[in-house]
Amino acid sequence: MNIASILAKKGDKAYTVRPDQPIREALGLLAKHNVGALIAVDEAGHPVGILSERDVVREAAKNERVFGMKVTDIMTRDVITGSPHDDLMTVAHTMTERRIRHLPVVDKGRLIGIVSIGDIVKTQRDKYQGELDTLQAQVLGE
Amino acid sequence: MAQAGTQAQPLRVAIIGAGPTGYYAADHLLRQDRVTVEVDMFDRLPTPYGLVRLGVAPDHQKIKSVTAAFDKVAAHPRFRFFGGVEFGKDLTLADLRAHYHQILYCTGAQTDRRMGIPGEDLRGSHPATEFVAWYNGHPDYTDAEFDLSVERAVVVGVGNVAVDVARILCRTREELAATDIADYALEALSRSRIREVYLLGRRGPAQAAFTNPEIKELGELAGADIKVRPEEVELDPLSRAAVAKSQDRATTKKVEILQGYAIRRPTGKPRTLIVRFLVSPVELIGDASGRVVKMRLVRNELFATPTGALQPRPTSQSEELPVGLVFRSVGYRGVPLPGVPFNESWGVILNDKGRVLDPDTKQPVPGEYAAGWIKRGPTGVIGTNKPDAAETVQCMFEDLAQGAVLQPRHPDAASAEALVRQRRPHYVSYTDWLRLDQLEVARGRAQGRPRVKFIQVEEMLAALRR
Repeated sequence: MNIASILAKKGDKAYTVRPDQPIREALGLLAKHNVGALIAVDEAGHPVGILSERDVVREAAKNERVFGMKVTDIMTRDVITGSPHDDLMTVAHTMTERRIRHLPVVDKGRLIGIVSIGDIVKTQRDKYQGELDTLQAQVLGE
Repeated sequence: MAQAGTQAQPLRVAIIGAGPTGYYAADHLLRQDRVTVEVDMFDRLPTPYGLVRLGVAPDHQKIKSVTAAFDKVAAHPRFRFFGGVEFGKDLTLADLRAHYHQILYCTGAQTDRRMGIPGEDLRGSHPATEFVAWYNGHPDYTDAEFDLSVERAVVVGVGNVAVDVARILCRTREELAATDIADYALEALSRSRIREVYLLGRRGPAQAAFTNPEIKELGELAGADIKVRPEEVELDPLSRAAVAKSQDRATTKKVEILQGYAIRRPTGKPRTLIVRFLVSPVELIGDASGRVVKMRLVRNELFATPTGALQPRPTSQSEELPVGLVFRSVGYRGVPLPGVPFNESWGVILNDKGRVLDPDTKQPVPGEYAAGWIKRGPTGVIGTNKPDAAETVQCMFEDLAQGAVLQPRHPDAASAEALVRQRRPHYVSYTDWLRLDQLEVARGRAQGRPRVKFIQVEEMLAALRR
């Protein structure tokens, strides 16, 4: 199972922000879409960073003028990206180990979606539940 | 209009597709008592169970026993089955909107992904799904022809479907005769002159999608020796590190089984099954008559993507393999349904957690849903569709609570049945199906087989005296 199966039921949604947008607007987007991170993309649509709730909290704790800052000022660069064919188990492992909560998914340089650790956990749970159910049905002859 | 979901006005749901997902969804819809639901399930074929009947290999009867659970769902008084009724042809989306509050698509992934290489459409090169449908007696594929007079067949892919195809090609007549394989397929396969069957994996043994019981079974075939190249099942440093880190016992075991095959000596069985790794077909080459005679393969090496997943990339080494029959089993895609938004990237209905989305606004289309492979793509085992269906059904109940359902003009079971009867007078009900099922099992008992399937639709209707 690969992470394409997560993107397939998310309607190709990836919420993006421009690096020069104010944090105020970015927070509005996070709240409006009820998500934990936005991908910062350049004009060509290539991901250049990621802005998470945590980035904002970290900055706000020491700087009350955070609302007026730009996304590029506090976003995380050097983003690890996934490809749609990456398998679920490896991605789950890497995200847990490196404490990544949002993974932008890129295909041929183009941002095609985002996978959250919540998506991964839920998909893994469904996978195990499904396997368990199949085995139980066979063993119990239900 | 009365609030849908009450005894006075049950929530009327149409499920398109009678495969496992359709049943799991029906179960989730009916097995609760807050909302009164009536389910009508439609399938374009007269028979239910989808891929459990027509995909799961005939020599894997135990997996098919899941149908007992489906029959329990179907016994619910507010469940009906209309077999032989095709969405988009016999019943349109507009028809369904006039009779149901909610429509749920569970149509699966009905077509193969292509390899995307030159020569793919030469004669003798087929999608694996066509072969599977043929040997399982799918009414649409009884006329399919496969040239089993050739010496070598290659199955591209190492998923469980690829393994099924390779195994069926290697089975002896005696082994197949004890299954519910279609009679014509049994005859054709008994006359098969294939001596060598290849399975080709583009990555290494640790990344192969097949599961351990399947690969073990390949080492226990009555009429075929298994052969694996030692150098291809020796783990490369990246795979070794990945396996060590994940501590996944199933993968470790899988590699051990394959390494065991690499040191086996042939025992002189009539056929040989060869499992290859780290190779990808790059071209099929034909003779003057347009029939495949050769395959060009490139050797791959693995590299780690930023997330640590191992993917193949071609090296400069290539080789040629003479071959007369090719089956591609490199993934599956859903087929678009008339009037239903489709996501071309993934070959699924455009959806968010099962809610069908409008392609322009990306907002939910009221009253339309998807579940199973047509929602998330072809992954997981049969049971994976149960939590998947539950997720969609939860969306359906949430939307009902918000009043976001269709407002059908004829929201009653009798009008829906009258419409179906008018369009398809010979539809097959669940009672009819259970009768057919009994007849098939009785025909099988006489021959010591689990069942002998009815193949032609006319044959089924005749058995039901229509």
